[in-house]
Amino acid sequence: MSRTLTFREAIREGLDEELARDPNVVIMGEEVAQYNGAYKVTEGLWAKWGDKRIVDTPISEAGFIGMGIGASMLGVRPVMELMFWSFHSVAFDQLVNNAACVRYMSGGLINVPIVMRGPANGGNNVGATHCHVPEALFASFPGLKVCVPATPADAKGLIKAAIRDNDPVYFMENVLLYGTTGEVPDPAEGDFVIPLGLADLKRQGSDISLIAHGRSVLHALAAAETLQAEHGISCDVLDLRSIRPLDQDAIIKSVMKTNRAVLIDESKGFGGVSAMVSHIIQENAFDYLDAPIKRVTTIDAPAIYSPHVENEQLPNPRRIVEKVLTIA
Amino acid sequence: MTSASAPHLDFAGSPINQSMTPDQKVELFNQMVRVRRFEQAALKYYNAGKMGGFLHLYIGQESVAVGTLSLCGPNDHNITAYRCHAHALTVGMNMNECMAELFGKSTGCSKGKGGSMHFFAPDKNYWGGHGIVAGQTPLGLGLAYGLKYKGLEGCSLCYLGDGAVNQGAFHESLNIAALFELPVVYIIENNGYSMGTSQKRSSSFRGCLAQRAEGYDMEWDVINGSDIYEVRAKTHIAMERARKEHKPTLLEIDTYRYYGHSVADANAKKYRTPEEIENYKQNHDPITLFRKRLINEGLLTEESADAISKAAADEAAASVKFAEESPAPTIADISTDVYWETDHNTPAAQIGRHFFND
Repeated sequence: MSRTLTFREAIREGLDEELARDPNVVIMGEEVAQYNGAYKVTEGLWAKWGDKRIVDTPISEAGFIGMGIGASMLGVRPVMELMFWSFHSVAFDQLVNNAACVRYMSGGLINVPIVMRGPANGGNNVGATHCHVPEALFASFPGLKVCVPATPADAKGLIKAAIRDNDPVYFMENVLLYGTTGEVPDPAEGDFVIPLGLADLKRQGSDISLIAHGRSVLHALAAAETLQAEHGISCDVLDLRSIRPLDQDAIIKSVMKTNRAVLIDESKGFGGVSAMVSHIIQENAFDYLDAPIKRVTTIDAPAIYSPHVENEQLPNPRRIVEKVLTIA
Repeated sequence: MTSASAPHLDFAGSPINQSMTPDQKVELFNQMVRVRRFEQAALKYYNAGKMGGFLHLYIGQESVAVGTLSLCGPNDHNITAYRCHAHALTVGMNMNECMAELFGKSTGCSKGKGGSMHFFAPDKNYWGGHGIVAGQTPLGLGLAYGLKYKGLEGCSLCYLGDGAVNQGAFHESLNIAALFELPVVYIIENNGYSMGTSQKRSSSFRGCLAQRAEGYDMEWDVINGSDIYEVRAKTHIAMERARKEHKPTLLEIDTYRYYGHSVADANAKKYRTPEEIENYKQNHDPITLFRKRLINEGLLTEESADAISKAAADEAAASVKFAEESPAPTIADISTDVYWETDHNTPAAQIGRHFFND
């Protein structure tokens, strides 16, 4: 029996189960405990688990993230919340030089089993400083792993895998997904874990591959409905779920089937996740392509505040439909 | 050198020093000499072009690492910045693995992947060796957090240079250390210069750098680094405060480096006078002073001290030979030690593409 949970409830359930499974798991971050989480993802966990397992930190991202990295070297498994992933910039040295590089620089003597999680998205009118989507940025550092779930079930299964992983995993959520709902398997049916590195074909089609991650998956699914109903175009919708490791086989398999691809990515065009996916497609499925690979990315400017146009800066179903119609 | 010119107190009588056996005292001398001889050999071969990158020498500062680390028990951990060779040797890493790392060889402590600034020995509670100024200060906090979380009576010694005291990450760490009552001792190795900028030109402070701890309601102390007995006596108090009360301390140990910020520091003799360097060598050198001290105490003779020095030089020379004869890493080695899961070929490593090569 699966139940319907919101995205935030699903993450919370995953956190709760991992807190129960492993006494070394500690949740840290700003307002995660007594305030119940800035976005209520950790609501109720402090009441249940207490001060030792759910830790409020000062607004000191470099300090507490570095502390978590150091603690992880002694076997603690911190799951740290960034209130917004955009705040990564004040902790960048810790997130990159320490978390990503210390294993390598020590010749493999050290590993850093941390999870960094929090929202990374545009679309809720908070301006450029709060709208960075750094999945491609962090995926570009060997040593780090990055995943970006789109559904409640994926969010739960992936957060559990991230916590169990022995490398640093950067887990990017979306404020606009927290309230969305979906079926999540009942814990009574067994431990529900989705491995990193495994994409999910969210819709089967034959004419074109829409490849996306995060909230863009929902836009792609909506666009696929329109394209089928109004234009008779049948879309594969592939949800990457994990950016690094990346399910290259699933990408190539879909494109070899449909011979066309539109990549939907909330990154900016220069160096986004879709740029890497595009390279992989041309390198491995060049002869299968019947049209150039196209992308729908965020319009290349810092995030605009204005509620009147922000949704047009971001990928959305209308922009996806228009882009698909240029090649299919 | 504020405390070096202050009225001299004799710390030989401190309980932590009185409790040492003669052999333990001689071992402190031996450790300091080994560090210096190792680095002198490293300098020679760095200048001969046998190593890449930077070489940040500790020569002149030996009493700090040797004195403080001599106080460590099985639950005490330590971490430092890039001037890290002394800490490595003092915790028990051998000269061969350290010299081979400098030479970029696969027999190095980090398999040639870290270099001079990045030595590690987790099995000896030594967590590096970190290249970014103050970047290690939150990690040192995390070691203390881990100790407290696991209920172990121990402390974290986190070293930093005087140039690191103006970095934000350090101040964030001080606040959290005091707020969370974490067993960490921050040790400022104050050699007077943040690279080529003197303390007076880089830091605004009242009294001394360690006094900044008052702003965080944290204990602090200043130590004359030329006296290894004083280093041990005062650091011991801070470590006990951490272990027993979970209270952090900020220590400032006045010391000096004879060489530049790194060997590549072209201005090493321009931003300070030859007289200043010579004064330290003549009057404050921690090895020279401790040698005299142990001879006065009847624990060393000129001959036995020279023999220790000769043995250390021979050990360093042998480590150079070991490093020179060791194999370099292979191109295939570049791609290991990136992810724990792929190194261990776990089920997680089988799923998805982890590496993005041509």
